[in-house]
Amino acid sequence: MLDLEWRGTLTGIKAAWRREISAYFATPLAYVFVAIFLLVLGVFTWDLSRFFDTGAADLGPFFYWHPWLFMMFMPALAMRLWAEETSHGTSELLLSLPVNLTGLVIGKLLAAWTVAALALALTFPWWISVNILGSADNAAIALTYAMSLIMAGAYLAIGAAVSALTRSAVLAFVSGVLVAFILTAAGWPLVSGAVADMFGAAAGDAIAQFSFLTHFETAQRGVLELRGLLFFFGFIALCIALNTLFVSHRRGGAQ
Amino acid sequence: MLDLHNLRKAFGDHVAVADLSFSLKQGEVLGFLGQNGAGKSTTMRMVSGVLEPDAGDALIHGQSIISNRRMAQSQIGYLPEGAPLYRDMTPVTFLRFIADAHGLSRPDRKQAVERVIADARIASVAGKPIAALSKGYRRRVGLAAALIHDPPVLLLDEPTDGLDPVQKRAVRALVARMAPEKAIVISTHTLDEVPAMCSRVIVIDQGRKVADETPENLANSKPGGLEEAFISLAESREAETC
Repeated sequence: MLDLEWRGTLTGIKAAWRREISAYFATPLAYVFVAIFLLVLGVFTWDLSRFFDTGAADLGPFFYWHPWLFMMFMPALAMRLWAEETSHGTSELLLSLPVNLTGLVIGKLLAAWTVAALALALTFPWWISVNILGSADNAAIALTYAMSLIMAGAYLAIGAAVSALTRSAVLAFVSGVLVAFILTAAGWPLVSGAVADMFGAAAGDAIAQFSFLTHFETAQRGVLELRGLLFFFGFIALCIALNTLFVSHRRGGAQ
Repeated sequence: MLDLHNLRKAFGDHVAVADLSFSLKQGEVLGFLGQNGAGKSTTMRMVSGVLEPDAGDALIHGQSIISNRRMAQSQIGYLPEGAPLYRDMTPVTFLRFIADAHGLSRPDRKQAVERVIADARIASVAGKPIAALSKGYRRRVGLAAALIHDPPVLLLDEPTDGLDPVQKRAVRALVARMAPEKAIVISTHTLDEVPAMCSRVIVIDQGRKVADETPENLANSKPGGLEEAFISLAESREAETC
């Protein structure tokens, strides 16, 4: 029975992943996403962070922008995952297939994550540049890249779950950015400081622990914390569960 | 092959399907008739596992859609109303996706895709984007998807809607060819389709079964034939409700 469950889940993951990858690359969506992401990240790193003026062979100014850019870009990548299924009527087709719903949810998320991974991989010239400029700590950079990819998955999971609540991709995007902003800004010193002033230091600390920014900053210092990994993977699992719940709710008759 | 037991579904105060029961054997082609909003599509959605019934059950080839949904769904080929498809895909990539979802191995998938492309007569458009296809071709792609895993039970919601006369004839011929091996439910409000394709007719109105006959018996029950019999059933039910 368990074996049957697993097979149903794997079948759903594979089918949904292939379908979504084909959807991303059949239209200009993935190409435009990757191009704009690289351009904006490049401008922010080069211009705002003055990358070449720091005089240090590290990618700190580059990684600094990741949470803030992911907060906008990942919901954009995930906004159509479920909203379009509802608006185009294809959710009926999906729900009639003999696959595990969680498998479909994971497959769709993995497809969006694959596009995000491609975008991140194409930032490799920055990594090469710091190695040319000086002696870079490549282990720390690799760790931060890995954490950045995991964090991208968490932002995508928010976007996908929110997308299952509406038939409008635009509304899914706006709502996804809003949730992502809250989970990012909670770790911003300005916000956590204000909360600490109002409700005490413990409250400020507690709210910061729920922020992506806090857990990513630890990785940026070259420290791999189990707590950070658990936070991101736990958050992704929670979003997958909610996403599955939102989609399965349609079987009850909700549109 | 298909057994519905007291299926019931309500949306708020509106009861869409009320205690609907019937059985269908292999070789039977059932015309599932009713006015718009009678509960045909809701019934099809419940039997295909898209909607959860509020009460009752449907057994598909012995598998319960409630307690063993995925096994039951693997025994059904379902063409939803309007044949929703992924417009960015081609018929071939779409059919591969459906075959993947049914867990077909790669060699089986290739064979199945070739078979249904031939059956649904879509070879000439197999490589074109679905968005560029006519409504008739899109419906045939949907039909091909319903047949990909060669299921014993077929649920076809308005399968000839949007097809030209030649295409309609091709679908009728396909249904006739498959009929001896399968149990087929064809939901329609086009009465012309019934004598051409169906061996049995169930009429539902306001979610309730109001007739279960052969097309001939139903047509002979009124001097005006099938159309008058259908209208009479619908009107008598409306009068009862008033």
